[in-house]
Amino acid sequence: MSLLEVKNLSVEFDTPDGPVRAVQDVSFSLGEQKTLAIVGESGSGKSQTAFSIMGLLASNGRVTGSVKFDGTEILNASEKVMNTYRAAQIAMIFQDPMTSLNPFVRVSKQMAEVLMLHKGLSKTDAIKDSIRMLDAVKIPDPARRVHMYPHEFSGGMRQRVMIAMSLLCHPRLVIADEPTTALDVTVQAQIMDLLSDLQNDFGMSIVLITHDLGVVKGSCENTLVLYGGRVMETGPTSELFAEPTHPYTRGLLHAVPRLESNEAKLATIPGNPPNMQHPPKGCAFSPRCGSANDRCVATKPELDWFSADRSRACHLSQEELV
Amino acid sequence: MTEFIIRRLLAAIPTLLILIIFSFLLMHSAPGGPFSSDRPLPPEVLANIEAKYHLDDPLPLQIWNYVVGVVTQFDFGPSFQYKDRTVNEIIAQGFPVTLTYGTIAFVVAVVCGCALGITAALNQNSWLDYFAVGISIGAQVLPNFVMAPILVLIFTLWLGWLPGGGWNGGQWQYMVMPVIALSTSFMASIARIMRSSLLEVMHSNFIRTARAKGLSARAILFQHALKPAMLPVISYLGPTFVIMITGSVVIDLYFTTGGIGQAFVNSALNRDYSVMMGITILIGCLTILFNLIVDILYAWIDPKIKL
Repeated sequence: MSLLEVKNLSVEFDTPDGPVRAVQDVSFSLGEQKTLAIVGESGSGKSQTAFSIMGLLASNGRVTGSVKFDGTEILNASEKVMNTYRAAQIAMIFQDPMTSLNPFVRVSKQMAEVLMLHKGLSKTDAIKDSIRMLDAVKIPDPARRVHMYPHEFSGGMRQRVMIAMSLLCHPRLVIADEPTTALDVTVQAQIMDLLSDLQNDFGMSIVLITHDLGVVKGSCENTLVLYGGRVMETGPTSELFAEPTHPYTRGLLHAVPRLESNEAKLATIPGNPPNMQHPPKGCAFSPRCGSANDRCVATKPELDWFSADRSRACHLSQEELV
Repeated sequence: MTEFIIRRLLAAIPTLLILIIFSFLLMHSAPGGPFSSDRPLPPEVLANIEAKYHLDDPLPLQIWNYVVGVVTQFDFGPSFQYKDRTVNEIIAQGFPVTLTYGTIAFVVAVVCGCALGITAALNQNSWLDYFAVGISIGAQVLPNFVMAPILVLIFTLWLGWLPGGGWNGGQWQYMVMPVIALSTSFMASIARIMRSSLLEVMHSNFIRTARAKGLSARAILFQHALKPAMLPVISYLGPTFVIMITGSVVIDLYFTTGGIGQAFVNSALNRDYSVMMGITILIGCLTILFNLIVDILYAWIDPKIKL
C-alpha cells in the first residue's frame, strides 16, 4: 500500500469575480521512502495541491476528491484531526525561508514547541533535540545558534532551520514547496543534497514541488507534470526526461538552458499560463501548443495510461507532435 | 539600553526649550493680555501691574527669567488670574483628578479595544466581525460632547443611579461616566487598529508555518500572532495615553470633575500666561516620556530593533 494516495483532487476558490478552479482531477500516489516531483509553471496548481493535502488552503478555498494518508482519509478532516498529522506525520517546507519563520520568536522556541506539542517533551529536552536536528542539517555551532532569531541567519541557513524544524518529529512524509526557489544557485544545490541525505537517514517520503527541472532529474523517482491545474504527464523521471510524450513536457525540457548550446536566445514556451477564471474549453495547453488541432480546442483529453507506470493527457499521437 | 535612555533624556532638554520659546512667542503675539478687560484700566495702573508681573520686560528677558525660575526652583510662577494661587498649586490640584480618570479610561479602552479587535479579526466576515466593527464605528462617530449629556440623561435623570457631576475625592460613582465618555472613541480606534493589524499578521507566511506545525488556533494567536500585531497598537497608545491623562475639557465641563483639562482651556481664554505655560510644559514632558516608553516597548517586542 502506498503512503499517500491522492484521487481526483480538485480545488476551487470563491473570488469576487467568480469561482477559480486551481486544481482539477489530480491523482497520484507515493510509496514509502519515495520521492515524487510535481513540476509546472507558476500558477499551475502545484502549491495549492500541497496546501490541500495539509489542510492549509485559504479560507475561500474548497477542495473535493480524496487524500488518503497510510490508508486513512484526511481530506476535509477537522482542524483537530489535521493537527495530529501536521508536523507529526506530514511536514511541510515552505518556499520562502525569509518570511516563513516567525521573525519575533527565537528559533529555539519555534522548534521546541513542535516537540512539546507532538512528543510531549519538556522544554529542556525539546531544545536538546532541536540542537541535535540543527546539527543534522549542518548548521555550525547549533547549541549557540538555536537561541538566535531568524534574522540572524542567512537565507540558506534559514532554509536549513526550516528543514530541521520539519523533521523534528520524524514525519513519514515531507512536502517541500519550492524549497530552493528563494536561494542562491550555489546554495540550491547544497539544500537539495542535504534533503536527499536526510531522506536516506530518516527514511521519509518526499513530495518535491518545483519548476526547476534540473533539481528533479537528480533526486526524484517519479515526476508529475501539472499545467492549468491538470495532470499533463506522469512517469518515472528518467523515462519522462528521455522520452517526453506531452508537448508541454517537451516545451519545459526544451526551455532548460544548456551550457553547450551556442544559441544567443533561451528557448521559451510562447504565450502565458491560462487565466483560471476562464480556462480554455479543451486542453488547457492548446492555446500555446504548436501542434494543437480543432479537437484539442474543443474537448479536454483524458489521462491515458499507455504503459504500466506512464500516462499522458493529449489527443495527439506521438507522430503528430511537431 | 541605558545609554539610549540617557541620550533620549538629554535630547529632551533642547526639545522642551524650543517648546517653551515657541509657546511664549505665540502666547504673547495674541492680542490682549491677562489684565485687559471690557472696562480699560487707567494706563498708570496697568503699567504698575505689568511691572509687578515683569510683563514690561523685553520678551527674551522674560523667557530667560521664566526658564531660570523653572530650572533652579521648579517655580512656574503665580497665576495671573487667581492672585493667591501659584501654577504649581493649580496643577497639583487638577492633575491627580485627570490622571486618575484618564488612567482608568485608558485601561478600559485598551482592554475593550483589543478584545473587540481580536474577536473581529479572528472571525473575519462573520456576524461577530460585523458586530464588533459596528460597535467601534458607532463609538467613533459619537463625540464625547454628545455622549456626556446622553449619559447624564440616562444614568442620572432617568435611572437615578449615578451623580450627575462632581468629583468627591474620586469616589467610584463619580468616576463611571467620565471614564465611559472619555474611553469610547479611543476604544474604537484601538479596536480598528488591532483588527487590521492582526488580520495582516494572520495572513503572513509564518502563521501558515505555525498552522503546518499543528498548533491550535489559541497557541497560534498567543505564541505567534499577537506580538507582531501589537506593534501598531502600541505606537498609537503612547500619545493617546498622554491625551487621556491630561484630560478633556468636555469631560471636566460636563461632569465638573475639576480636572486640568478645564484649567488649560480657561487659562487660554483668560490669557493666564503662567498657567498656560505650566500645563504646556507638563504635556510636553509627558509626551516625550511616553514616546520613549513606546520606543523601549518596540525594542522589547521586535528583536530586529536594537537600542
